[in-house]
Amino acid sequence: MKKLINKPEDVVLEELQGIELAHPDIVKVFYDPNYIVRADAPVKGKVGLVSGGGSGHEPMHGGFVGMGMLDAACPGAVFTSPTPDQMLEATKAVNGGAGVLHIVKNYTGDVMNFEMAADLAKEEGIEVESVVVDDDVAVKDSTWTAGRRGVGLTVLMEKIVGAAAEEGRSLKEVADLARKVNAQGRSMGMALTSCVVPHVGKPSFDLPEDEMEIGIGIHGEPGRVRMKLEPADKVTEMLLTPIVEDLPFKAGDEVLLFVNSMGGTPLIELYIIYRKAVQMLEAKGIKVTRHLIGPYITSLEMAGASITLLKLDADLTKLWDAPVKTAGMRWGI
Amino acid sequence: MAISRDNVLAWIRNFAQVIEENNGYLTDLDREIGDADHGANMNRGFKAVMTKLPSLETGDIPSILKGVGMTLLSSVGGASGPLYSTVFMQLSKTFAGKEQLELADWCAGWEAAEQGVQMRGKAVPGEKTMVDAMQPALDALKEAVAQNLPIGEGLRKSADAAHEGMLATIPLVARKGRASYLGERSANHQDPGATSTYFLLDSAAKTWANC
Repeated sequence: MKKLINKPEDVVLEELQGIELAHPDIVKVFYDPNYIVRADAPVKGKVGLVSGGGSGHEPMHGGFVGMGMLDAACPGAVFTSPTPDQMLEATKAVNGGAGVLHIVKNYTGDVMNFEMAADLAKEEGIEVESVVVDDDVAVKDSTWTAGRRGVGLTVLMEKIVGAAAEEGRSLKEVADLARKVNAQGRSMGMALTSCVVPHVGKPSFDLPEDEMEIGIGIHGEPGRVRMKLEPADKVTEMLLTPIVEDLPFKAGDEVLLFVNSMGGTPLIELYIIYRKAVQMLEAKGIKVTRHLIGPYITSLEMAGASITLLKLDADLTKLWDAPVKTAGMRWGI
Repeated sequence: MAISRDNVLAWIRNFAQVIEENNGYLTDLDREIGDADHGANMNRGFKAVMTKLPSLETGDIPSILKGVGMTLLSSVGGASGPLYSTVFMQLSKTFAGKEQLELADWCAGWEAAEQGVQMRGKAVPGEKTMVDAMQPALDALKEAVAQNLPIGEGLRKSADAAHEGMLATIPLVARKGRASYLGERSANHQDPGATSTYFLLDSAAKTWANC
């Protein structure tokens, strides 16, 4: 494998040290257990927002810690959910007296560890609510699987809910808002290549040169369907059609269109996908009023892309536009 | 004869070694139907346990097992962390006040461990998880206790049953965990969690063969 790392087992530690040196005006980094908090935490009277997940998805979640977005992020080992001790310390660090919301992506490990952490935090007298993100339409939502995965919508939720918390909304209001966002957002992703987890040293799955994987998650796990490569417009159709049909999104809806790189796919290709997606949506009478384009929730160097569609209203639009100052997303300030 | 505190320590050390030796294999299993990290996660966890063990050694059986459980919780991560932590925490709770363990004690502990894992992970047998190794092992232990078998024999039977359960996961379609996203594609692969569970019981059977 070709990576710009030193020893595989030091990857997360050295990354955190780099973050600490790069962004002291935005975040503080704590070690053993590892977590990242906004530099001015705890913000008195404001609901604290905590999320976390395996490393390897940067900028999510550590790059989204700061004013207007997360208060804390817990980085696990690469593609491995963080542990309750990290989450508990992070929760305590951002508790401004108005309660804490855990944003949990729907993966078995994330859910279990955050559940245990929420129990521990409640035992210490902190009011904790949890919201599970499960926007991925590639997985059938049924009792036959671990449920739909939390993917691209997580980024949008952290921004929107972050703005609401910054405004001073209550824990209940912020939790309800998060659940509303979860209910009206859908995503689907695909991969052109696999990725290599540093301490494993070989690709997480084998994908032949002329094939692609549709319906991937964000941890290098294979998806539902493997098939021959298709041009970008066909791929866009294969991702967007199930998204639109699943909610369903309807004529007259206003949406945020998020075209995400899995890490290895460049902007030049994302814009090609964005163009086709907008054409398809306009043909259905769906108006794209906001967008996000770039690598925001990645799988190391995986080549591939995901699309997320979020139905907007006046409040969600206002919250999306609100100022944010984090390492991975910054506007209005 | 019974399982002493030193026997328990020997088991933990042995299992840590088994995990280290097999971490590539477990990762390869997890690569097929997961995200290729089970071996690495378990190895990291049990290396942390080995570092912690000297400070736990003077405690009694329950406190040693609790220490292992807490260490795993903060070092393994993923789904395996909470689940294996639950195994050791439940064993610890069941053995409260015991200086040594008879087969019936071990059976009661393993039953509590299995219930704890099912409660935490919400899996039942047949879903291609560690439960598919835990359940047959528990059934074998109960039978061994009913037949008044010596500890070593009872443990060997339970490890063999776990082995059968592990192999039986191969044709299953996963209903839980990351493998479940693959649907039918998860069939014809051995479950990594059931495999590490078999190793855990096999290690106990080998270490306590003469107890």
